[in-house]
Amino acid sequence: MAEYKRPTTKAEFDKNFKQKKPLMNDTEAYYEASRCLFCYDAPCVQACPTHIDIPLFIKQIHTDNVTGASKTIFDSNWLGNACGVVCPTGVLCEGACVYNHQDVPPIQIGRLQNYATNKTIDANKTLFKVGASNGKKIAVIGAGPAGLACACEARTLGYEVDLFEAKDKPSGLTVHGIAPYKITNEEVLKEVEYLQNQLGFNIKYNTAIDSKDELTMLETNYDAIFIGVGLGATRHLGLEGEDKKGVVGAVEFIEELRMKHHNTKVPAKVVVIGGGNTAMDAASEAARMGARKTVLAYRNSKENMGAYGFEYDLAISAGVDSLFNVTPIGIVGNGHVEGVKFAKTELVEGKLQTNMNNTFIVRCDMVIKATGQAKQGHLYDLIDDLDIDKKTRIKINSEFQTSNAKYFAGGDAVNGGAEVVNAAYDGKMAAQGIHNWLNK
Amino acid sequence: MVDLSINFAGIKAPNPFWLASAPPTNSGYQIMKAFEAGWGGAVWKTLGVPVVNVSSRYGSVNYRNTRMMGFNNIELITDRPLADNLREIEEVKKYFPDHAVIASLMVESRAEWEQIIKDVENAGADGIELNFGCPHGMCERGMGSAVGQEPEVLKTIVGWVKEAAKIPVITKLSPNISHITDPGLAAVQGGTDSISLINTIKSIVGIDLDSYAPYPIVDGKGTNGGYCGPAVKPIAMHMLKDLAQHPEIGKVPLSGIGGIETWRDVVEFILLGATSVQVCTAVMHYGFGIVREMEAGLRQFMEDKGYNTIYDFAGKALPNVTEWKHLNLKHKVVAEINADKCIGCDLCYIACDDGAHQAIALSDDPVNRIPSIIEENCVGCNLCSLVCPVEDCITMVKKDDGTQHITWNERTLNDDIPVTFDDDRAGGKGHFVPKPTDALKNER
Repeated sequence: MAEYKRPTTKAEFDKNFKQKKPLMNDTEAYYEASRCLFCYDAPCVQACPTHIDIPLFIKQIHTDNVTGASKTIFDSNWLGNACGVVCPTGVLCEGACVYNHQDVPPIQIGRLQNYATNKTIDANKTLFKVGASNGKKIAVIGAGPAGLACACEARTLGYEVDLFEAKDKPSGLTVHGIAPYKITNEEVLKEVEYLQNQLGFNIKYNTAIDSKDELTMLETNYDAIFIGVGLGATRHLGLEGEDKKGVVGAVEFIEELRMKHHNTKVPAKVVVIGGGNTAMDAASEAARMGARKTVLAYRNSKENMGAYGFEYDLAISAGVDSLFNVTPIGIVGNGHVEGVKFAKTELVEGKLQTNMNNTFIVRCDMVIKATGQAKQGHLYDLIDDLDIDKKTRIKINSEFQTSNAKYFAGGDAVNGGAEVVNAAYDGKMAAQGIHNWLNK
Repeated sequence: MVDLSINFAGIKAPNPFWLASAPPTNSGYQIMKAFEAGWGGAVWKTLGVPVVNVSSRYGSVNYRNTRMMGFNNIELITDRPLADNLREIEEVKKYFPDHAVIASLMVESRAEWEQIIKDVENAGADGIELNFGCPHGMCERGMGSAVGQEPEVLKTIVGWVKEAAKIPVITKLSPNISHITDPGLAAVQGGTDSISLINTIKSIVGIDLDSYAPYPIVDGKGTNGGYCGPAVKPIAMHMLKDLAQHPEIGKVPLSGIGGIETWRDVVEFILLGATSVQVCTAVMHYGFGIVREMEAGLRQFMEDKGYNTIYDFAGKALPNVTEWKHLNLKHKVVAEINADKCIGCDLCYIACDDGAHQAIALSDDPVNRIPSIIEENCVGCNLCSLVCPVEDCITMVKKDDGTQHITWNERTLNDDIPVTFDDDRAGGKGHFVPKPTDALKNER
């Protein structure tokens, strides 16, 4: 079990947050590429949400046509560089690799992908062409993965595209919400810059769209609008004492870490509440920031966690302890958090029940709530005739069009929270949907 | 008791592993080091009037992550003075009297041949190898493969050599010829004691995509080289077989050369009639140490099979290498896929559908992806079993009962062969092929 020293410098931070999928060198890429079997109707392609022609780009890498490999990748996925690193490849393409059936390590598809795109981006090779202007304009709300993919695709189709981004950086959760050992800020931002230089979409930073007037302005000035707003702040749990100092949301915690790195304050004892991938990330990050004790607390059993097994294993290997079948019933402390009061839970006739007769307190100086993000319902309410489902997700048709014909949507706002690669796919397809609709 | 020693046309050696005449036998230092490592003999880098070489001499064909699967060179014969080589031959023989030291020779005139033969005999060489093979450089000067490609000239020179030589003569043949038996027979008629083959094959191993010059590049230009390495082994074995099966040529001992790297290669060459083998590229790639693997493997094979000497199995495969017309047309094999081993790559499917006989069907189940053989369409071509990346997953299973036997030759004698363009006896008549337009329906 790893024990991390509290990082006090950038170098120490980088050491604790060593990249999980480091860049391949030429030799490694050549040898790894040589292993690909070039399967017919390859399972890896089917497993990729953006259906990248993986055997093709691997063969291109092997024949030293790295630019061609990048073209193959970006043709399917505008965020091919980021996805190569942040995708949970073990459950997607690499999980589908036929070598798994032979007890042979699968091809390291993600790293090969990143090898090609990274080289192409660093060489600043021109791969894309803006489509001949059709005189139409698209507004994109949110410059996250979905919005960026929509913008790129729309530019190749000849649209003017303006993105409206609430924060001061593009990429949404890729830069603000993904664990720092998965990708660095520099790597995320250089891909966006590369795309923007060639495709020329405009991003208006610090420009949240959150009023009826602003929406009316968009509706007046643009032919179509894409909603790629993702999810909002961490949901309130409604616990007694939840407002005490030291109780933070996971998304907010990770964002601070991504922006401030080693200057983020993490105390000695941390409790992380939740059982999803974000909880695993937050716990792992707290441990890597030098917390002496990090406890992951999930209300159901280990088997029922939403997190991927490999994400849980990664947290455990960072020194995180876990508690299962416990639910928080209050935060204790005098002004500042001093502990979390938990009650045990148990399955009764298939339903999870809280046993208030079996409670205990876990002492801590910080509580990270990784119990889900709220939806951007306040925005949806401002859009006329916008249908949302019971979980406040925007409803779309097969063309990614919402019930208000002028609005299209994709990414977390539609799927309730999934991978970057899903958002990248949605954004691309939504731009095609917009194009089909405007050319009806 | 396994005894690896050989007597090759009068040349004795502790084992059949010889170094071919090439860069690894350029000096006494290298040959002594090789004998220390376990090699039984060495053919000295070709002696003659010393040459001047170019810088940038070798090129390579890499396949996937395998380096030097094929290899070529444009280096000529020795560029060292004869006296230096002779002195070193003498020294090597002093330290290794029981090992075979063979002098490879290449000169022009009869007088030169007579002189240099006397010189190497005086130095203590156990045999002479005539280099009639080099396909680059020397052939432009009327030597090497220029001789190997002219059976009459070859016969004359072998005759000169045999008249002059007191030690055994090996004639080394060039593969750059249509029928290897032509120079082979000429060598035997000229009186050679034995034959070695193959020398290298004329080749261009690659073109540089920036300078547009062939490898190896010498100041922006290149020339054809001599190709060798694992890639040429099948060609070498075929030519060896042709000589070994020939009623006259097959009587002289044959030394096999061409892509030999492991004990398996050695055994295969011996099974096709070689009674010594010569190695170059593998040594240039891995050093002299590879002989340990070759010797250990050969010994193990012989122990397992109960052979005492290599002569117990030399040529054992020759009766089984026949002409196509003598193959049994009633033999029938069909592919069988082991579903437990299949990993679902579906390479067999696409190989068969695009490259063979449309006899494999994809699985309807997108999860297991295990394809199935359409037995009535399968012609037993082996392709699927060859592309399958899993050992023993696709096997070819015998389907005929072994009682029937008819060959093309017999059918010809029986007047039972297709003779017109639309003959009913066409082998593929009635065999399933999809309609041409079915190709357009395969959208997935």
